[in-house]
Amino acid sequence: MQNPAIEYDYTVAKWFSYLAILFGILGMGVGVLIAFQLAFPELNYIFGQYSLFSRLRPIHTNVVAYGFTLSGIWATWYYIGQRVLKVSLKESPFLNGLAKVHFWLYFITALLAVVSLLFRVTTSKEYAQFEWPLDILVVIIWVIWGIGIFGLIGLRREKTLYISMWYFIATFLGVAMLYLFNNMAVPTYLVTGMGDPLHSVSMYAGSNDALVQWWFGHNAVAFVFTVPIIAMIYYFLPKESGQPVYSYKLSLLSFWGLMFVYLWAGGHHLIYSTVPDWMQTMGSIFSVILILPSWGSALNMLLTMKGEWGQLKDSPLIKFMVLASTFYMLSTLEGPIQSIKSVNALAHFTDWIPGHVHDGTLGWVGFMIIAAIMHMAPRFFKREIYSKKLLEAQFWLQTTGIVLYFSSMWIAGITQGMMWRAVDQYGNLAYSFIDTVTVLHPYYTLRAIGGLMYFIGLFMWAYNFYKTMTAARQIEKEPQFASPMAA
Amino acid sequence: MFGWLEKNPFFFAVGVFVVIAFAGLIEIVPDFAQASRPVVGTKPYSVLELAGRQVYIKDSCNACHSQLIRPFKSETDRYGMYSLSGEYAYDRPFLWGSKRTGPDLHRVGNYRTSDWHANHMWDPTSVVPGSIMPAYKHMFTNVTDLETAYAEALTVKKVFNVPYDTDIDGDGKIDVPLGSYEEAKERALKYAMKIAQETKREDLVNMVKEGKIPEIVALIAYLNRLK
Repeated sequence: MQNPAIEYDYTVAKWFSYLAILFGILGMGVGVLIAFQLAFPELNYIFGQYSLFSRLRPIHTNVVAYGFTLSGIWATWYYIGQRVLKVSLKESPFLNGLAKVHFWLYFITALLAVVSLLFRVTTSKEYAQFEWPLDILVVIIWVIWGIGIFGLIGLRREKTLYISMWYFIATFLGVAMLYLFNNMAVPTYLVTGMGDPLHSVSMYAGSNDALVQWWFGHNAVAFVFTVPIIAMIYYFLPKESGQPVYSYKLSLLSFWGLMFVYLWAGGHHLIYSTVPDWMQTMGSIFSVILILPSWGSALNMLLTMKGEWGQLKDSPLIKFMVLASTFYMLSTLEGPIQSIKSVNALAHFTDWIPGHVHDGTLGWVGFMIIAAIMHMAPRFFKREIYSKKLLEAQFWLQTTGIVLYFSSMWIAGITQGMMWRAVDQYGNLAYSFIDTVTVLHPYYTLRAIGGLMYFIGLFMWAYNFYKTMTAARQIEKEPQFASPMAA
Repeated sequence: MFGWLEKNPFFFAVGVFVVIAFAGLIEIVPDFAQASRPVVGTKPYSVLELAGRQVYIKDSCNACHSQLIRPFKSETDRYGMYSLSGEYAYDRPFLWGSKRTGPDLHRVGNYRTSDWHANHMWDPTSVVPGSIMPAYKHMFTNVTDLETAYAEALTVKKVFNVPYDTDIDGDGKIDVPLGSYEEAKERALKYAMKIAQETKREDLVNMVKEGKIPEIVALIAYLNRLK
């Protein structure tokens, strides 16, 4: 059946794009501040108790993961979903309305979440800090998105699900399962009728709680920072480059491999802890196996550029995406190395771990979302990208920032780990703990500068996006492949 | 098969779910009963300690401090005996942390005193020159929410059978009494007075005299309990 061009509805995709930019700046701004606090502790007091490191750190992680990244994921979902299923949101007032409810409910919940963390309402579980009323809102938002996905699938004209759809479906299911189980808690007020109504107590205790938390925590990384970002790159890289995906078989292998292997790897957060040894070993082994499906996806993307590497030179968007896959490869090699027991003994609890997290999030997640939104902008607004030069400059500034970030954290982490275990000639510990803190000052400073460079890049991105929306030269019809850019 | 799945979204979704749920079932479920068994001597937290634990959580101390001593000589030399699973039996949530920007605290009660903690939380560099930890002065004026701590103790007693008001070790005495809120409050105040006096800070002692427990006192009760 040959359809006339379908007119897609980008309203909600646009809204989520604005929000991704907003939360990106907010979340990473807080990140830069707390990075500087580690080097210059006086900065802890600029807003009294509300700017203490420990108060801001959960706000940084949550705003970046669940603000910036989720907004980016949904911006691209409301764009890619319609296009690969060949159905417009305009065709279903119900789904279109639901998409708007999705956006607003999410926005309100995100604001409540930030405020609650600022006022010390937290469960302390990493990436699952929200108290139970917010958890319920999150579940409602998730169900709404689920209805949106499967509703659109129900109306689809293209019968075969494109690769990106596999990953969006997996994101929906994976997060639903993980979030529900990890946040199981008993609100104390409902049981006793006294005390703070927001307070709850975890259903699991001690080692069990740790096990569930890191099964969640690691796989929240999988299903927020990996799976949906792969959905993006499988769509935007072939589109922007005009090249077909290199191999269908490789995408199959990587998808099902990733689904099966990823969940096991959570145990690598608990090596040498009090959870059973076999679980730690499983976590370690499966983390190493995880290289296969991860590199499968990344190589599939890089090979998609085969014979077209010239585009890397010409297009900043291709640069962002190719480097994103490269950082994905770096990060998914580094993670398994850190999961090897003897390496983990050194690396665990040190700055090497945040270093690892950030080459993945800044390099892979951040770059992919930036590229995706800039690819969508000319389609949203029927205008060229405002400035190619600015996009190029942003790319180089941010890349340099990431390199400074992870290289300083590598050195910091390994230094710290080595000093913790160093002994003198009599076998006594050679350093007191504070020695291992003060030695890190230069690396903390470098890291903060690297973060600051990335942060400045975000403003260049926001400005370029805004100018694209308002002032760039108009184009007559939607570009098919490479996004048009003014010099 | 895969081509067919890609045309049948429902079965595709079921397939994905089975594949991802599999690992959780095998890794997590079998160990649940065993890992939650307390080691001999481990007792539930008193209401004041629990209140202190809530302060620890509220200010996200776990963002920088671990509570997990790994079984290496370098760690047992520095922090004491390595951690055992059963010691965490009453920890809801667990507070192992994932980063040691500061030192481990799992046995901090063995080697720090109440006045050290008070000085440290008021001005960390006064006792640890070069420390990058910020001061937590609001804990010296905020009043502990004892009611919520009691609510938590009562909840875990009712829902998870945590042995409050029980003779755990069989010596004929109740180990950790809970009782009514009034009883618990009286006990907490007495305990708080002892700690406030140990800190040698008059402002803290005066607050406790007025029946208000500063958050720092509850926090110290919790930290002293970590052994």
